[in-house]
Amino acid sequence: MTTREPATESPTEPAAGAAAAPIIEAVGLGRDFVLTEGPFLRRTRRTVSAVQDVSFTVRTGEIVGYLGPNGAGKSSTMKMLTGILTPTAGSVRVAGMEPSRQRTRLAREIGVVFGQRTTLWWDLPLRDSLTLTRHLYRVPAAAHAERLAELTELLELEPFLGTPVRQLSLGQRMRGDLTAALLHAPRLLVLDEPTIGLDVVSKSTIREFLLKINRERGTTILITTHDLGDVERLCDRVMVIDKGRLAFDGGLPELRATVPTPRVLVVDLVAPAPAIEVEGATTVRVDGPRQWLELADNPARVIAEVAREHEVADLTLREPDIEGVVSALYRGTVPAGDRT
Amino acid sequence: MADTLSPENPEAPEAPRTSNPLRAAGRALRTYVLLAWTWCRAVAQYPMALSLFTFGLALSSLAEMGAVVVVFGHAGTLAGFTVYEGLLVYALAALAFGTADFLMGSVDRLGDHIRTGSFDTMLVRPVPPLVQLATHQFSPRRLGKLVPALAALVFALVACDIDWTLGRVLMLPVLLVSGAAVCSSVWVLAGCLQFFVADAREAANSVTYGGQALTEYPIAIYGRGLVRSVTFVVPLAFVSWQPALYLLDRPDPTGLPEALRFLGPLVAVVLALAAALVWRFGLRHYRSTGS
Repeated sequence: MTTREPATESPTEPAAGAAAAPIIEAVGLGRDFVLTEGPFLRRTRRTVSAVQDVSFTVRTGEIVGYLGPNGAGKSSTMKMLTGILTPTAGSVRVAGMEPSRQRTRLAREIGVVFGQRTTLWWDLPLRDSLTLTRHLYRVPAAAHAERLAELTELLELEPFLGTPVRQLSLGQRMRGDLTAALLHAPRLLVLDEPTIGLDVVSKSTIREFLLKINRERGTTILITTHDLGDVERLCDRVMVIDKGRLAFDGGLPELRATVPTPRVLVVDLVAPAPAIEVEGATTVRVDGPRQWLELADNPARVIAEVAREHEVADLTLREPDIEGVVSALYRGTVPAGDRT
Repeated sequence: MADTLSPENPEAPEAPRTSNPLRAAGRALRTYVLLAWTWCRAVAQYPMALSLFTFGLALSSLAEMGAVVVVFGHAGTLAGFTVYEGLLVYALAALAFGTADFLMGSVDRLGDHIRTGSFDTMLVRPVPPLVQLATHQFSPRRLGKLVPALAALVFALVACDIDWTLGRVLMLPVLLVSGAAVCSSVWVLAGCLQFFVADAREAANSVTYGGQALTEYPIAIYGRGLVRSVTFVVPLAFVSWQPALYLLDRPDPTGLPEALRFLGPLVAVVLALAAALVWRFGLRHYRSTGS
C-alpha cells in the first residue's frame, strides 16, 4: 500500500505560502506492542503493530481530521505526536522537536485535549485550575489575563468560572479543557474526540470556536473524531487510518470521489406505486408512496423523466454523506489501487 | 498574541530552555509545592473528613508505638536493646517512612493513573510527571503519621543514654535525611514496577509497607540472611538500624563491619540515582492504554 505524498497535492493548502511550514512531519512512523499471553512460565510473546509505516506532513494553519475505526491506531499516533509513546519505527518531528525525547519542551508548544478525560483539577473551581495551568506553563500574568478574558468571552465561561470542575456539565467541562489547552497560546492543538458525548448546541459552539482560533491565531489543529459533522464543518483535509496504516490522505471532495457512493433521489409520490423504472437510476427501496432511487446519471434528466411519468408530491436529492464514504473505506470496499 | 505564534518566532517568550540541572531541580521543587498546596486547598473543602482522617492516622501510629512498648515490656530487652532503645529504632523508621509517605506516597497509585489514562494527561504538561504523580491528592492528613513519629523520636533521644558528641549532633539530621531519601527511593522504585506489571501495587507494597514493618524493630532479631538482604539488596537497614547503632555507639550484634553505619548518606544518593534511572527507563517504555 502506498501512502500519498500529502500536502503538496492537497487542494486545501493554506493560502499564505510562507506560513505553510510543516509543523508535523511523520516519516514511516510505527509502533509495535509486545503482548505476552498464556499462563505463567508458558507465556508466548506476540508482536502487534498498532501503527505501521505512517507518513504525513501537516502544515502550519491546517485543520486536519484524523479518522479511523476503534483500534485502527488513531490514539497511538496521537500519543506518539505528543510524546506519550515512543515510536518503535520511523521518526516524527512536531514543531521541530522529537516528541518522545523533548516531551516537556514540546508540551509548551502544543495544547492537548482528551475528550474522554479532563486535564483540569477535579475538586478545584475552574478559575483555580486555569490559574494553576498558568503557573505550570509559566505564562506571564498579563498575557494570561488577556487570553483568559478573550477565551472567557468566546466560550462563555463566565457563569461557571467559580464552579468546581466536578460539578460542571460535560459541555462546560470541555470548554474549560479547551481554555486550559489554549492559555499558553500553543502553535498546535491536538484534540482527541473533543465533541464526544456533547449535545448539538455544545458541539456547534466548539466547532465555531475552533474555526475562529484557526483563522485568527493561525493555530494548527489536528483532530480525531467519530463525529463526521466535525469533519464536514472543520476539516479541509482528512487522513483515514485503518488497521494501523494510512488508507487515505487528502481533501474532503477527493475522499468522496474515492468511493463511488451514488447520490440518492428520494421521490414522494401522491399514491403508493410499484417501483419506478427509469433509465440512469435504480430503485433501491420502496416504502408506501416514498421511493429511493440511486442515481448513476445526471439527476436533472432523471428528475424530469420521473416527473413526466408519475404524479410527484415531493423530491429530495441526497448527497452521499461522509459517513458512508468512510465506512466504505473501513470495510475495504475500495481496492488499494483505486485510492488515488 | 498571534505574532508569538508565527513561524518566524517559534520560541514563545515564556518558554526558556531548561538546561541547567540545578535550575530544573529548583523549578521541580517549586512545582511540587504549588501542586501540593493546590491539593491541600481542595481537601480543605471537607474540613471534617480531613480532621477525622488525620486523627485516625495519628491513632494508628500511636497503636504501633504501643505495640513496640508492649513487646519490649514483655521481653525486657531484645537483641540487647532496652525499651527506649527499641523506641528509638521504631521512631527512626516511622519518621523516615512518614516523610517518604508524605512526599512520595502517591507514587504507588501509578497503576491507577495508567489504567484510567490520567497519566497521559500528566505527560502532556510541561512539568515533570513524577512531581505531578507524587503530589496527586496530596493531603495534610499525612502529617498524622509524621507528627507522632517525630514526638517519639524526640522522646527516645532524650530517654536513651546517648553520648552527644559534636559529631553525633551534626550527623543526626544527615541520618534522618538519608533515611527519608532511602525510603522515598524505595517508594519510587516500587511504583515503577507498575510501568511493567499491571496491578503491581500489592507486590510493590510488600516492599514499601513491608519494609516499614521490618525496620521498626532492631533487625538483629531477624535471621542472618534477612539482615544481609536488607543491608545489601534493599538497603533498608540504613533507615533505622545502622543509624541507631551509631547514635547508641554499639557494635553491630550481627557481626557486620562497623564502618557500614557511616554509609547511610552514600546509600541514599546511590538509591536515589537508581530510582531516577528506573523512572526514566519506565517512562521511555510506557505503553499507555487503549483508546
